[in-house]
Amino acid sequence: MVCESWKAKLDTYLDGEVSEDEMRSFDAHVRTCHSCSADALTRVQMKRSIQAAGRRYTASAEFRRRMQQTIAAKPQRRFGLGWTFAAAVAVILVVGTLTSAYLGARSGRDQIFSEIADLHVVTLASSSPVDVISTDRHTVKPWFQGRIPFAFNLPELKNSEFSLLGGRMTYLEQTPGAHLIYDVRKHHISVFIFQERSLKFPARLGENFLAPQKSPFNMETWSEGGLRYFVVGDASAADIDNLAKLFKVAS
Amino acid sequence: MHVGENLPSESFEQLAMPHFERLYNFACWLTHDRQEAEDLVQETYVKALKGFKSFQPGTNFRAWIYKILRNAFLTSRTGLKATATVQLDLEGEEEALPAAEETPESILLQRSDGRLVQQALEQLPVTYREVLLLCEVEEMSYQEISAALAIPMGTVMSRLSRARKALRGGLQQQFAERVN
Repeated sequence: MVCESWKAKLDTYLDGEVSEDEMRSFDAHVRTCHSCSADALTRVQMKRSIQAAGRRYTASAEFRRRMQQTIAAKPQRRFGLGWTFAAAVAVILVVGTLTSAYLGARSGRDQIFSEIADLHVVTLASSSPVDVISTDRHTVKPWFQGRIPFAFNLPELKNSEFSLLGGRMTYLEQTPGAHLIYDVRKHHISVFIFQERSLKFPARLGENFLAPQKSPFNMETWSEGGLRYFVVGDASAADIDNLAKLFKVAS
Repeated sequence: MHVGENLPSESFEQLAMPHFERLYNFACWLTHDRQEAEDLVQETYVKALKGFKSFQPGTNFRAWIYKILRNAFLTSRTGLKATATVQLDLEGEEEALPAAEETPESILLQRSDGRLVQQALEQLPVTYREVLLLCEVEEMSYQEISAALAIPMGTVMSRLSRARKALRGGLQQQFAERVN
């Protein structure tokens, strides 16, 4: 009879939805009751199987890009056509020509940063963030041959704090590129490499561009040997910079 | 990102895009059709963007956007068809399915390559499938599921319980078919 009351709540317990006191009581009971522990094991297996089977579908890069374009840079507010607005329009006309080039470049850079940061976040949130899993650069680099239309060098990581986790194909503006994931003190850093001439925006980026100040991510980007590199992650700016330097030495 | 810690200054894109892949996966499971899933996700994002002003910073963005997706699904042709055919018997009596002590499904789970579980999930009524996916795949709390599906917590718990039994029943059936 005692077990019946436990079993009735077993799923709730395994979902982590019972109180702390109940959780402790359950823990103690499951350790000593063979029937309940076997039942709990079966249910945990079931939960894991559903989780694995349920992560099944991946959106195409094209659809993802389309969605980003749909929701990016939408105006947040609408202004009335009052006197103040008319005056503001006049002011904008006067100074517009002076600032439009600068603002255009900046908003373009912010948008590119957003897209790169999204690629980073969405990949890490994926159930299979890397297609080639290896800590060996001599395994990861050849994997990209035939998959992307360019070659690149990966840095030697001996005596550094970084470790390579693996790589995958990625797309930016419908351009294929390499996405490498590194680990440093439990932070993941993404390195994206694209062919510079295939991208539409390099002129807006300049040689060195850092992430916008309010962003939770740090980023560096530069161009070298016809390739455009992005290094992005929630690691410190110093870590991002150190990994970027290793790539610059290798390329 | 913790969904309950949204800052007022965060843009819609910053909040919404991290959920993109999972919303698409969820939409595929609901519709069983990739094109329909794309349409559903697109509709969700457009509606969410339009209604973003009504979203209160500090509340649960993930539950909010899943609720929009689910409502969009319910009003789609596939959604109307799916719910019309299964809704009647869901919240009624307990099903006469075996309790969890049997081991065939655990043996099956150990041996299977995940395809059998996928098939069993596909065969579940959509109301069971969605609650299981939100709990096991999205790892939502009961409270989040309650907000996403707009049902009381008690219903979340009873529906989950029935969904699990139904899934076990489906797996046991597959097991019996394999043995015979």
